[in-house]
Amino acid sequence: MAKSHDRQQGTPHIAEEWVGRIYTTICILFLIVSIFSLVYFVASKGLSTFFVNHVNPLDLLTGLKWSPDADIPLFGALPFIVGSFSTSLLAAIIAAPLSFCAAVFMVEIAPNFGRKYLQPVIELLAGIPSVVYGFVGLSVIVPLFRDWFPGQGVGIAAGAVVLSVMILPIITSISTDALAALPKGLKEGSYALGATRWQTIYRIVLPTTLPAQLTGIVLGIARAFGEALAVQMVIGNAPHIPRSLFESTSTLTSAITLSMGNTAMNSIQNNVLWSLAMILMLMTFVFVFIVRWLERRSKLG
Amino acid sequence: MKKMFMLMSVVLLTFALAACGNNNSPKESGNASEAPSETSSASAELKGSILATGSTALQKLVENASGKFMDNNSGVAIQVQGGGSGAGLTQVSEGQSDIGNSDVFAEEKLDAAKAAELVDHKVAVVSIAAVVNADVNVDNLSKQQLIDIFTGKVKNWSEVGGNDQAIQIINRPSSSGTRATFEKFALGTKTEDLQGSIQEDSSGTVKKYVSETPGAIGYLALSYLDDSIKAIKYDGVEANVENVANGTYPVWAYEHMYTKGEPNEIVKAFLDFMMSDEIQSNDVVELGYIPMSEMQVQRDVEGNITK
Repeated sequence: MAKSHDRQQGTPHIAEEWVGRIYTTICILFLIVSIFSLVYFVASKGLSTFFVNHVNPLDLLTGLKWSPDADIPLFGALPFIVGSFSTSLLAAIIAAPLSFCAAVFMVEIAPNFGRKYLQPVIELLAGIPSVVYGFVGLSVIVPLFRDWFPGQGVGIAAGAVVLSVMILPIITSISTDALAALPKGLKEGSYALGATRWQTIYRIVLPTTLPAQLTGIVLGIARAFGEALAVQMVIGNAPHIPRSLFESTSTLTSAITLSMGNTAMNSIQNNVLWSLAMILMLMTFVFVFIVRWLERRSKLG
Repeated sequence: MKKMFMLMSVVLLTFALAACGNNNSPKESGNASEAPSETSSASAELKGSILATGSTALQKLVENASGKFMDNNSGVAIQVQGGGSGAGLTQVSEGQSDIGNSDVFAEEKLDAAKAAELVDHKVAVVSIAAVVNADVNVDNLSKQQLIDIFTGKVKNWSEVGGNDQAIQIINRPSSSGTRATFEKFALGTKTEDLQGSIQEDSSGTVKKYVSETPGAIGYLALSYLDDSIKAIKYDGVEANVENVANGTYPVWAYEHMYTKGEPNEIVKAFLDFMMSDEIQSNDVVELGYIPMSEMQVQRDVEGNITK
């Protein structure tokens, strides 16, 4: 009651200010604590492979043979690293042009139809659970590739196709925002000089929005890099560097998801999986830094 | 005032959710007998909660049984989670869950000191059969032929009496309990992951791959066998309940429910219920397991068989 009395006196805004400030502070503190404890947890687990189990980090990064349960265990994660990079880069190569075209269509060519119908449909892709993508890949893409190409259909190609659909909405929405934020004068100037629409898009719009486009692509790669379930279902998961795009291989995430539950905590097999998780985390940091750097460039440009 | 109330409730909610996330419910389940009594407690004698985690293969059976158990004992809440045998054994060993479900003996995953603290309750037997794609023209494989296939020595079905077709191995990850059982009792040796082999941990995915991939071979629990794939005889012996029970078909393993030390009153009641006729001759059989009572042979950790 006392507080409502204060309110009558004309001090409600100060109270509101404080409530808001305390609430945001608590939220931020919670966020910081959880992020740091997460990083600490993954790092402490991942590093114990090297400090407790005395696995050579260089062997882990460059070794070709993965047999953690053998009598003489070998922990070579290079096939997983190669698998992760090739799958997510290939996914970005497939998705980036599609996303750029979709964004150009939505902003430059048919803004009405595009914004109203196409964008929600593309954003819908982001809401579909990854296990559904995995199952579609397993039921449609793998048999299709098995018929079309030599091999069993599983592999980097199948993984990349599934992932490219998953990262399409990320790249598209960032591209769309970048294109929409382009100053009108730039395009009008181009048209005034007699350039066609295609020339304007190709010579003006694309180069000016390139840093933002790249940001979208890097974010897409980061998402593809961390995706586990869908890839695991279609990539085959043999811990070897494949000899073709259609041969079974494994990614960092699929190696983790396949074995994490089957190994006991603090055993060497389990710790090595945490090391793989740490590699994933460090790679995400790298991706975030690249995105930051690109964003800074786009502001200067 | 209304806004402030809203804000405060959001803050409270955030914390409540955060607390839920951190807890992972070891406290609720740990001191099961001290759980608060409900108002209508006259009907049930047992009160408390049980957390069972681990093997996804065993999860369905334990879930079914826990549903029936909770119908009979309204004061008991049983939570069943998957996560894998390794996770189940770790959590029960560290006191985070009351029961650790596992496809393998604790000694195979944990170090000896930790495994010694756990008490083994074998609730069912699971048998594993080698399966092939329906178009593979082979009905029987000897132990040596299986070893040759899974070590990559034999790469074509024509070498073991089938058509001229490349063999595609659908394997489990090397940490899998199913693979451990198959390697130990069907092959008698560990195998390496071959280049080009496919690995999946979920039985459903393995079955899908075997049924759709030409020339595929894999292995599945008996409960997953149907017409979409072909189960093959092992040394001339068919994989079925009878042959497992009388000891002629060797590829089988126990499903374990481990407790840390002797179980408390509620957990013991639930484990007894798992062994009761109601579960053993209904749910266990329906889900494709073999009831403990039917087994005429026993096996210890080292794999020694006794009648």
